[in-house]
Amino acid sequence: MLEVQEIHVAYGQVNVLYGISLSVKSGEILCLLGRNGAGKTTIMKSIMGLLPLTSGTITLNGTAISTLPAHEIPRMRIGYVPQGRRLFPELTVSENIEVGLMTCQEDKATRDWVLEIFPRLRERLTQVAGTLSGGEQQMLATARALCLRPQVLLLDEPTEGLQPSVIEQIRQVIVRMKQEGVVVLLVEQRVDAILSIADQVSFIENGRNVETTDAASLRDDPDKLKRYLGV
Amino acid sequence: MDFGPHFLIASLEGAITAAILALTAMGLSIVFGVMRVVNVAHGEFYMLGAVIAWWVAHLIGIHPALGFVAALLLAPLLVGVLAAAADKLILQKIGYDPDRTIVGTIGLLYIIQQSTLMTFGPDARPVQPPFNTRLSIPWFEFGDNGFEIIWPWGLGTTSYKLFVIFAAIVILTGLWAVMTRTKIGLIMRATQQDNEMARAFGVPVERVYAWVFGLGAALAAAGAVLVVPIQQAHYLMGGDPLLLSFIVVIIGGLGSLPGTVIAAIFIGMSDGIISVFFSPTLAKIIATLVVAMVLVFRPQGLLGKANP
Ligand SMILES: Nc1ncnc2c1ncn2[C@@H]1O[C@H](COP(=O)(O)OP(=O)(O)O)[C@@H](O)[C@H]1O
Ligand SMILES: [Mg+2]
Repeated sequence: MLEVQEIHVAYGQVNVLYGISLSVKSGEILCLLGRNGAGKTTIMKSIMGLLPLTSGTITLNGTAISTLPAHEIPRMRIGYVPQGRRLFPELTVSENIEVGLMTCQEDKATRDWVLEIFPRLRERLTQVAGTLSGGEQQMLATARALCLRPQVLLLDEPTEGLQPSVIEQIRQVIVRMKQEGVVVLLVEQRVDAILSIADQVSFIENGRNVETTDAASLRDDPDKLKRYLGV
Repeated sequence: MDFGPHFLIASLEGAITAAILALTAMGLSIVFGVMRVVNVAHGEFYMLGAVIAWWVAHLIGIHPALGFVAALLLAPLLVGVLAAAADKLILQKIGYDPDRTIVGTIGLLYIIQQSTLMTFGPDARPVQPPFNTRLSIPWFEFGDNGFEIIWPWGLGTTSYKLFVIFAAIVILTGLWAVMTRTKIGLIMRATQQDNEMARAFGVPVERVYAWVFGLGAALAAAGAVLVVPIQQAHYLMGGDPLLLSFIVVIIGGLGSLPGTVIAAIFIGMSDGIISVFFSPTLAKIIATLVVAMVLVFRPQGLLGKANP
């Protein structure tokens, strides 16, 4: 179980998060919804230890991870698919995967496993990541995170600007990870795409989470979406 | 001597300058590429390499070759450790802020230079080459008897000078192999391209930076150990290599390792040739002009990317 408790985060002097709390059990998908600039990406980066917390704690299965050095957090098997993919653009597909494998010292079996999930990548192993199509880049970013054999998967707008066929493929991977008991934290703009797979939805507004509800209740009460997102 | 043989000698001198410069500039280029740090103290690491080489060769006075080999191993190692410590104590503490790293490394430059003056003294001191056989070089001419091989007086080099070129090629090839074929190299390249994502995938970025800063300094020191049997060790010898390394890194393209090698060969060769035929000052003036032209017409350098 991943628990974020009352975290406050600032970029330098500028406060961005004001007491965010979240809690996701394994095998559960929590989706963060909110307008641009609400602080969703900042929450993801804070969990990864890429930004210092001003206060609050983050724990994984009861162990505090927010006190660890940033490079040890992914080694707790927390896989990160960042917004905008953020591949290592001049490394090949194979090398990008290798970086993912090194994080938790995973071996060839894991490499085969992720290449089975994304067979397209196997055809592109020697290609430089920056020259892949948008869909392939997203597959690689996801594959790189799966290389950690994650128990937590953070996905920040993984379907941004993708074709429906790729979106579907990413969606299936997310559902599969959920079934395998992974904690999934998902940021997504396209509400329709996630209401069907999310277990909980948390609305983020100006660095605060204003409400967390069951996805099921949202499906019955679309007015709520209008209120928070203006959709 | 005729123009032909004279030019050959000048080219050989140029090749030696190019070899040393390629090592030194590569150190600067790696540090800039991976860490985005402009290391103004780079020339002082070069100087320290030469000075430590003198100490080591002096202490192991049994045989020049033994002293030299020990220096070639120990000087880059010691300089690398010192640089890694400087990274941890200075650059890490100021968070690699671009402006402050320049000021910080300028401070480091003076600390190293003055400490060397206080301990090593103001004298230039030579190191014995491990071997130094004179090698004559043949030339050809079309004289009265047609094509002839001749051995012009003064056309020659030494086995040590050829060794310098060979050693530089070996070290650079080794570096290339490490960067492209090993996990350490992969980690360095990933960190160079996106240090935040490297960290998100378990790379201890601070430790990588300390290693890279040490490696950059060790490359400069290796160049200096190779040069010190030809030029003497002196506490002010770091100035020229720093200037030339900056020129090379700018021409080659900031952070591009192949660009650095190509530019080092170009600048080293022309520096050697112009120095022999005209004067070393003219060589520096021309190199600086070339930099100005590159900055005007191709600001990203020969092999640099337009918008990194
Ligand atoms: N590197 C940064 N430095 C300063 N402020 C930032 C930085 N990145 C994001 N912010 C600010 O933090 C707020 C939250 O941004 P972000 O977490 O990216 O929002 P979201 O992902 O929900 O669109 C925004 O107001 C943004 O301007
Ligand atoms: Mg965002």
